Amino acid sequence: MSGRQMGLPLSTPHDAAPGVDPTTAIAVSTLTSTARDILEGAFPPIWVRGEVTGFKAHRNGHWYFTLRDRMAQVRAVVWSKDARTIPATPDEGMLIAAFGNLSVYPQKGEMQFVVRRMEAEGDGLWQKAFERTRARLEADGLLAIERKRRLPRFPKVVAVVTSPDGAALHDIVAVMRRRAPAVQIVVVPAAVQGDVAVRDVCAAIERVGRWGGADVVIVARGGGSREDLQAFNDERVARAIAACPTPTISAVGHEVDVTICDMVADVRAPTPSAAAETVVRDHAEMTSHVRQLDQRLARAVRNRVDRAKSELQWHAAALRNRLQRSAERQRSRLAELGGRLHALSPLATLQRGYAVARTAEGRALTSIAAFHPGQVFRLVLKDGEVPSRVEPHGGAA
Amino acid sequence: MSFESQLKRLEEIVGELESDEIELDRALALFEEGVKHLRSATDALSKAETKIQRLVERADGSLEVTDSRE
Repeated sequence: MSGRQMGLPLSTPHDAAPGVDPTTAIAVSTLTSTARDILEGAFPPIWVRGEVTGFKAHRNGHWYFTLRDRMAQVRAVVWSKDARTIPATPDEGMLIAAFGNLSVYPQKGEMQFVVRRMEAEGDGLWQKAFERTRARLEADGLLAIERKRRLPRFPKVVAVVTSPDGAALHDIVAVMRRRAPAVQIVVVPAAVQGDVAVRDVCAAIERVGRWGGADVVIVARGGGSREDLQAFNDERVARAIAACPTPTISAVGHEVDVTICDMVADVRAPTPSAAAETVVRDHAEMTSHVRQLDQRLARAVRNRVDRAKSELQWHAAALRNRLQRSAERQRSRLAELGGRLHALSPLATLQRGYAVARTAEGRALTSIAAFHPGQVFRLVLKDGEVPSRVEPHGGAA
Repeated sequence: MSFESQLKRLEEIVGELESDEIELDRALALFEEGVKHLRSATDALSKAETKIQRLVERADGSLEVTDSRE
């Protein structure tokens, strides 16, 4: 406060107030810096609406222009540290709202509005920055459809460039856990908003490429305001994605906003969960494909074995059939021979009441010449034998 | 053998097995081979736990994959 009061024409007990007469005249610099202090104290930071004219971006990064309406105008300045956070320079005649505070530039004695934030009607500045970046990337061929690589159908390792504490990672992990637990996730930590986001995200993407261990990389960030997503509209991040040798999926923000990164990445997913689903979709398909192959394999071999079995059964039946017929033939031949044998058997003659004389040894005595007096023999009849003897010679005669 | 070439071989095997002319011996040999591929493909798809790791760069610029706290 003492600084502010220093230049004020306050009266003191001993001297006349400064500036009340020629002898106490104050310096010009005192006047302008006092005016600055008063103005700065009088206006809190405030949004001001007007049209931009005479815009000039100085080499040192500061922006100078005039903000005006039909009735009045004011000089405006944006210091370089603030200019960096504004997506694009305003166009001549552009209607903007500028946030800042009123001050005085003492060296020139001019009133000026020091702008810290700026918004153009209809998202003009964002649109302009976006279009400019897009045009540059397009000119370098980085948006060409032919550049888009196919994602691997069955990635084993998925790198995720995102904040390690963010909702995006949480969502991706949840989907992977549920749908494809065999897929390994490698988190590549990066701040996804704030001053370091661009540098962090670029470095993380470069690391994924240098590492070479991932089959696909998801660059992810949960939804947020336009400012929050700024890093993903940054040309440097877009170029890092384009240069990444690993196929890329961008999963930034919410579904409606397309970012520059979305246009450069091989695949754009509307949300981090959707990115994970994209990786996983083929896995689910794969699981059912493998299950199908399993069934086809089993069925094919079963069919083949069944066929072999029925062929075998047919042959066995044929063989059995043939054996059976052969056995039958033998049996009937045997029966026939048996019949013939039977017909020839002397036993059959005995049945009819004849007898046969046999020696003790079984030789048949078929002629009287075979007999001699006193000979012992057996008389065989149908129901047994009778021991017999020829009368002794002359005994009976 | 990569998952994808394993799968390709499995498809060939099933295709051949499904044809009518195949010899029984060959069919059985193919089946045995097919079951092997099927088993490892199924294993690859159905590991129980999602593994989460972290890629970090060390001071000397080398990269290291470490187990994540997540």
